[in-house]
Amino acid sequence: MNLNFFQFVPFFRTILFLFTAGSLHAEQIAEDSSLSIQTVRFLSLTDYSVQIVLLGVILMGMGCGLMGGFVVTRKLSLFGDTLSHAVLPGVAVGFIFSQSKNSFSILMGAMIAGFLGVFLISLIKKTTKVRLDSALGLVLSGFYAVGICLLTRIQKMEFGNQSGIDRYLFGQITGLSTADVLGMGISCILILLLTFLLYKEMLVTGFDPGFARSVGIPVDLLQYILWMLLAFSVITSLQVVGVILVSALLIIPAATASIITQRMKSLLFWSAGLGILAGIVGTYLSFLGNRLPTGPLIILTSTSFFIITLFLHFRNGLLFKWIRSRGKEQKIAIENTLKAIYQELENHNFSEDTITLGNLAKRRRINMPEAHKEVKNLVKKNLAFLLLKKNQTLPNEDILSLTPEGWSEACRIVRNHRLWELYLTNEVHYAPDHVHEDAEKIEHILGDTTVRKIERILSNPRRDPHGKLIPSQQDIEQGFIEKKVIRTV
Amino acid sequence: MDHFFPPLDLLDTFAMPWASPEDIIWNGKIVAMGFFVCLSCGLIGAFIVVRKLALMGDAISHGILPGLALSFMITQSKALLPMFIGACIAGLLCSLCIEWLQKKSPLKADAALGLTFTSFFALGVLLITQMGNNAHIDAECLLYGEIGFTPLAKNLKWGAIELGPRPLATMAMVTLLIISIMIVFYKQLLVTSFDETLSISLGLPIKAIHYGLMLLLATTIVAAFESVGVILVIAMLIFPSTTASFFFSRMPAILFSTIPLAFIYSFGGFFLARWLDCSIAASMVVIAMFCFGLAWLFGPVDGVIPKLLYRKVSV
Repeated sequence: MNLNFFQFVPFFRTILFLFTAGSLHAEQIAEDSSLSIQTVRFLSLTDYSVQIVLLGVILMGMGCGLMGGFVVTRKLSLFGDTLSHAVLPGVAVGFIFSQSKNSFSILMGAMIAGFLGVFLISLIKKTTKVRLDSALGLVLSGFYAVGICLLTRIQKMEFGNQSGIDRYLFGQITGLSTADVLGMGISCILILLLTFLLYKEMLVTGFDPGFARSVGIPVDLLQYILWMLLAFSVITSLQVVGVILVSALLIIPAATASIITQRMKSLLFWSAGLGILAGIVGTYLSFLGNRLPTGPLIILTSTSFFIITLFLHFRNGLLFKWIRSRGKEQKIAIENTLKAIYQELENHNFSEDTITLGNLAKRRRINMPEAHKEVKNLVKKNLAFLLLKKNQTLPNEDILSLTPEGWSEACRIVRNHRLWELYLTNEVHYAPDHVHEDAEKIEHILGDTTVRKIERILSNPRRDPHGKLIPSQQDIEQGFIEKKVIRTV
Repeated sequence: MDHFFPPLDLLDTFAMPWASPEDIIWNGKIVAMGFFVCLSCGLIGAFIVVRKLALMGDAISHGILPGLALSFMITQSKALLPMFIGACIAGLLCSLCIEWLQKKSPLKADAALGLTFTSFFALGVLLITQMGNNAHIDAECLLYGEIGFTPLAKNLKWGAIELGPRPLATMAMVTLLIISIMIVFYKQLLVTSFDETLSISLGLPIKAIHYGLMLLLATTIVAAFESVGVILVIAMLIFPSTTASFFFSRMPAILFSTIPLAFIYSFGGFFLARWLDCSIAASMVVIAMFCFGLAWLFGPVDGVIPKLLYRKVSV
C-alpha cells in the first residue's frame, strides 16, 4: 500500500492542491435536497445558520464594497491582495502568543503584521528605485512565506492543533460564529463612519493629494486610517473567502461600479450594493447544491455582474459603444462618398450630373466591390441612385447620380470642409497646405450653430483658401447646381 | 514561547544531512530542486520585473488552476502532459484577459489584474469541488509546496537512462530550456524590455516576444509548482533580480548573480527548515527575504547605508 502511494506521489503533488482546496472549500450550509425546498428554506430565513451567514455576507459585501470604492480609485487594488497575504505571520504569532484560538490576539497579530507589510512597501518605495509592483510582490510573497514557516512550525508543536487557523488560509463559512459577524459589523460601521464623516476629505486626498495638502487636510493620517480599515475588512472577511479571494471582494464590485458611473458618491453606492447583492446571490447558489463552496461562488457571481456590465451597460458597455461607433463610422463613410462624388462633379465644372462608379472608386482610392458597397449604402438612404445603361456590361461604367437630398448633404459636407480650411488660414493663421487634414476630420462633427458662427466670423465667404467655391444653400436654391439635378430626376 | 525556536544544534543541522551517501543523494535532490526553481524563476523574473510585470507571475500562477481542473476532468487521468497543456492554456488565457481588460475597458491596470486572476482562481476552486474529494491527500501543500517529497517521486526514464525523480528532471529540463532561450534571444529580450520604440524600429516582433515570455513563464510555473508550491515561484520571480539590482545595474551582471543567489537560497532555506522543522520552500523565501534586507541596507548601488554615507561626504 505504501509503495503504491509513493508511486503516485508526483501526481498527488500536482493535484494535491486541487483536492485540498476542494475539501477545504467544499463547505456548504445545507444538506442536499430539492431546489424549491431549499429556496423556500433560504428565503424564509428560519435556519439560524442561514440567518448568521446572510448577515455576515451582507455586512462583508457592504464593507468591502465601500472600501473597494476608495481602494480602486486610488489604484491600490493590489494592496488588498498584499495585505491579505501579509497578515498571515500575524495570525500565526497571535496564535503562538495566546496558544489557543483566541480571536482577539489573532486579530491584533494580523493587524500588526498587515501594518508592518504596508509600512515596508512604502519604505521600499521611499528609499529605493524598486517599482511599486515589485515591492508589492516582495512583501506579499515574503510575509506569506514567513507565515507558512510559522504555521508549519506550529503544527509540529504540542499545542499545534491549529484547526482554527486553517480557516484563515481557505475560508470556512460554516465556521462563522456570532463573534465573527460582530467583528464584521464593527468594521462595517467604522467604514460607514469614515464614508459619511470624512467623505469630502477622502475624495480630495484620493484624487488630488497635492491640493489636499495645500488646503491643510492631514493626507498621511487619512492614508493610515484607510489602511487600518482596509486591514479590518480584509481580516474579518478572510474567514469567509480565504486569503486569495479576499482581494476579489474589494476589487470586483468597485471595478463594476467604476464602469457604471464616474461620480464618487454613486460609485460607492453601486459598489456597496453590488457587493451585497453578489454576497446574497452567491450564498443562495451555494445553498442549492451539496458541493458548492460559498466563497468562490460569491466571487464568481460578482465576476458575472462585472462581465454583464462591461458588455451590456447602456452608456458605457462595450457592446453598445461598439454599435454606436459603428453607426458613426458608417455616417462618416457615407459623407466621404458624397464628398467624393461632389468633387468628381466639380472637376468637370458641373457640366455633367452623373459620374461613373469607376471614377468614384478611383477618387476614393478603393476597389470596385468596396465602391459598390458604398454606393449601395447611399441608395439605401435615398441619397443617390444608379442609372444603368442598356448596352453597358462593365460594372465600373455604371452611372451614378445624386438625389436632391444627396446633393444638399454633399454640399453641406464640402461646405463644412472648406469653411474650416478658410477659418484655419484666415483666423488661426495656418499655412494653406496644412489645413486639409484637420478639416478632413472636423467636417463630420461640425454642427449647424458652429457653422453659422464660422460664417459670421468669416463674413459669409465664397471661396476657400485653394480658390474653390464654398457651396451654400443659396447656390443650390438659385440653380447653380440644382438644374442639372432636376434634369436627371 | 521559549521552545518555539529549538536550540540550534550545529552538527545536526549542517552535518547530519551529509553524513552518509544515501543522505547526500536524498538531500541533494531536495536542494537541487530548490536550486533549479530559484535559478529558472530568477532568470525569467529579471525580465519580468524590468517589464513591470512583477505581479503577472502571481496572477498566472493562480490563473492556471481552472486549466488543471478542466484537463483532469476531461482526460480523467493523471498524465503530466494534458495537465501541463491545460495549465499553460489557462495561464496564457489569464494573461490575455488581463491585457485585453487593460486595453479595452476603462479599468485601471491593477484592478484588471486583480479582478482576472481572482475570478480564474474562484472558477478553479469551484471546478475542483465538483470532482469530489480525495481524502488521503495532505492539506495545503500546493500553496506552499512540499519540496521534501522530491526524492520520493518515481524516476523519469529516457530509454535506458535514469534521469532522476520526475519533478527534478522536469525542472532541470525547463531550466536548461530557459537558459538556452536566454542565450539565443538575449538581445531581442533586452531591447524589447527596455526600449519599445527602438525595438519597433528594428522590426522586432514585440508581441511574439511578449507572448513567448508569458508562455515560458507559464511553463516554469507549471513545472515548479508541482513540487514547490506557488509561493516559492512568485517570490523567486521577484527576489533574485531585485536583490541583485542593489549590487549591479547592468542586465548581464544581474542575470549571472542569480546563480550564487539561487545557491544561497536553496542551501540556506534547507538548513533553516532543518533547524526549525518547517516548510522548506517557505524557508527558502525567508532566506531570500533576509538577503533582500541585507542588500537593501548595504548594497552599493541603491542601498540605504551607502547612500547615507555618500550624502555625508558630499555635504
